[in-house]
Amino acid sequence: MPKESSVVQRFLPFISLAALFVILSIASPYFLTATNISSVIRQTVVINIMALGMTLVIVSGGIDLSVGSILAFSGVVGTMTMVSTDSVMLGILAGIVSGALWGCANGLMIARMRIPPFIVTLGTLGIVRGLTLVISGGLPVVGLPKEHGFLGEGTVGPAPFVLVVLVACVIVAHFVLHSTKLGRYTYAIGSNEAAAVYAGIPVGRFKVAIYAICGLLTGLAGMIETSRLMTGQPTAGVTYELQVIAAVVIGGGSLTGGEGTVIGTLIGAFIMGLLSNGSDLLGINPYWQQVIIGAIIILAVALDVARKRRFAS
Amino acid sequence: MLLELSSIRKSFGGVHALLDGTLRVDSGQVHALVGENGAGKSTLMKIVAGMLRRDGGEMRWKGESVDFAQPADAHDVGIHMVHQESLLAPHLTVAQNVFLGRERMRGFRLDRRGMIDGAKEILEAHRFPVKADSRVETLSPAQKQIVEICRALHGNPSLLIFDEPTSSLSDAETSEVFRTVDALRDKGIGIIYITHRLVELEQIADHVTILRDGHTIQSCPAADTTTAEIVHHMVGRDISSSKQRHKLAPGETRLKVSLPGVRFELRAGEIVGMAGLIGAGRTEVCETIFGITPEESGTIAVNGKPVDIRSPNDAVASGIALVTEDRQRTGLAIDLSIRTNTTLANLDALCTAEVVQVSKEKAVTEQLREKLQMQADSVEQKASELSGGNQQKVVIAKWMFRDTDVVLFDEPTRGIDVGAKAEVFALMDELAKQGKAILMVSSELPELLQVADRILVMREGELVAELPHETTQQEIMHHAVTQ
Repeated sequence: MPKESSVVQRFLPFISLAALFVILSIASPYFLTATNISSVIRQTVVINIMALGMTLVIVSGGIDLSVGSILAFSGVVGTMTMVSTDSVMLGILAGIVSGALWGCANGLMIARMRIPPFIVTLGTLGIVRGLTLVISGGLPVVGLPKEHGFLGEGTVGPAPFVLVVLVACVIVAHFVLHSTKLGRYTYAIGSNEAAAVYAGIPVGRFKVAIYAICGLLTGLAGMIETSRLMTGQPTAGVTYELQVIAAVVIGGGSLTGGEGTVIGTLIGAFIMGLLSNGSDLLGINPYWQQVIIGAIIILAVALDVARKRRFAS
Repeated sequence: MLLELSSIRKSFGGVHALLDGTLRVDSGQVHALVGENGAGKSTLMKIVAGMLRRDGGEMRWKGESVDFAQPADAHDVGIHMVHQESLLAPHLTVAQNVFLGRERMRGFRLDRRGMIDGAKEILEAHRFPVKADSRVETLSPAQKQIVEICRALHGNPSLLIFDEPTSSLSDAETSEVFRTVDALRDKGIGIIYITHRLVELEQIADHVTILRDGHTIQSCPAADTTTAEIVHHMVGRDISSSKQRHKLAPGETRLKVSLPGVRFELRAGEIVGMAGLIGAGRTEVCETIFGITPEESGTIAVNGKPVDIRSPNDAVASGIALVTEDRQRTGLAIDLSIRTNTTLANLDALCTAEVVQVSKEKAVTEQLREKLQMQADSVEQKASELSGGNQQKVVIAKWMFRDTDVVLFDEPTRGIDVGAKAEVFALMDELAKQGKAILMVSSELPELLQVADRILVMREGELVAELPHETTQQEIMHHAVTQ
């Protein structure tokens, strides 16, 4: 929606992804196999779906540190529901709703009590993780119905089912951010919250909606995670928030708000996925992988800052 | 002679802020510097304090020609500016603030004791009623002003510059500052005192210099002049305002405001001006009506119906718009497009089931762009890339699209050029003709006289006069500055 003044900026994440793809195709014969590509998709889908919600939050000028904990909470609540009702659908629904409710709680505290998002979600990061451990007794939820495996590991024709879920989420998120009133206000709030208030927009209500959507998508991601592991892990998702934020930032999102796109985030998440997959294929020590990803995050933002300085002068 | 300024010049990007700044200050003299908003007082003093460099003219300090590249250069010779309280660190103590940036050290450690004693010494020497170990945030505005003075005194100054030290103070606090200034004068320090409040001159000033449009108009002993003469010199040109607009017979009452100390009505088809000095509470009135700072003990009625406004959202829903004085901060989402900004306050009108109908939006924005003659490549251009005048047109377009019955304009011509000003006035005129009621807050008296049907004057948070459009600048200033 906001017209970027620089073509390079707009396509830099995409160019990087394409370059990475080409380099890995040449460097490793296994990279371009159907098995490997499917596995990249399956591995990145959880982070990717969470990052879609985080895109809204970051574009609005906020941050959500609690998504890793919400992922685990949703997973545990969803699988517990599943086990006790023996209904996969009901379990997934419970997981998604519980994620949305936590997002709603974050949003209410940020909007009504005017506590900075960093602090609110730092608090809920601990609260939600703790409650997850309490309700699960610290033990994984096991004995899930076999059919639940389809969500994370099933296939539709040649494609992993999660790809279908991801594409659907991307389309909806893109539409919400770029074509609806909510999306428009998200950019306006992130670009200049005071101006949005002075335009008569009920900013608080929209913030609650934004965090609720982030929680909802995290809930869905949580259920996908449980399906892949076939357990509800109360310790799932630790430090996922950092990967999710990194995906948004690499994809062009600005932590000062007003900037970011769904497609950019999608690319950002895949760049991180390919880096990790490529490192595995090339036999790079996993310890070094963290170093590489960290450096890429800083590089991506450094390029963005340099570009803005050039445009400003 | 301590300081001599002759024909100091300074311009900012083609705008002349100062053309002939001339004044002479002696030791032990309180030299008042007065003038309207934008007359060049602050610019001149920033040059003296080393915060700005002059484009031309002569500056002599104790007889020698000087040029300060930075505030530290001015400090070195003994010139200090007493800033308004905003430049203190509220969470630090008085002593820590006094020594901020030039801490006393004992080896590698801060000499806490030494600094507290140093601050106490200064406070006691001048009998200032402030404790050295109080946190600054717990002090009253006058006490904060005193901390600023201590910061300056710490450098053993020969010349102190006060920039409107009493603008945010109560009467009691003002007398406290006056006593301080008197004490400093008695110690032989030269003082330049910028003020808007002419009533203060009689009490404190030895000498008065009047600036107008960047020129020194008059400089004489305070005893040789009168308040009326000063007002005359401040305003200068006796412009007989040629009314440009056709005054319509005002229609029904659109807005009725009844707040403590401020009661007025705006009627359909009217442009009502609001004058007053900076800090007189004009912006506060607009923000209260618009729900930014809701006032419990007042009532506001739109089209005869009382409304309960607790947020801008309520205000806009009740039919009130506000063109704010700060486009960058509150008027526009500056990094977003003209289109996005134009429709922001009325997006519902373009939505079908929460989805923005972009083609309709483009058509609407394009229409407004043509109507308002915005100079822009397209409606997709970012607001930040536009000139001030065109940015203001985007803000006005936003409220035209919302179509509210009442439009409040706070300093609508700030930072825009003469041509764009005329266009903004024409737009206001058109809005009035459509039957809207308009309030125009402005510090530019000639503009108020040109545009407004009647003029309200604010002073110290209260509405003190309502004048017909035939009034004069002198009359307005008289109500704005005197008791």
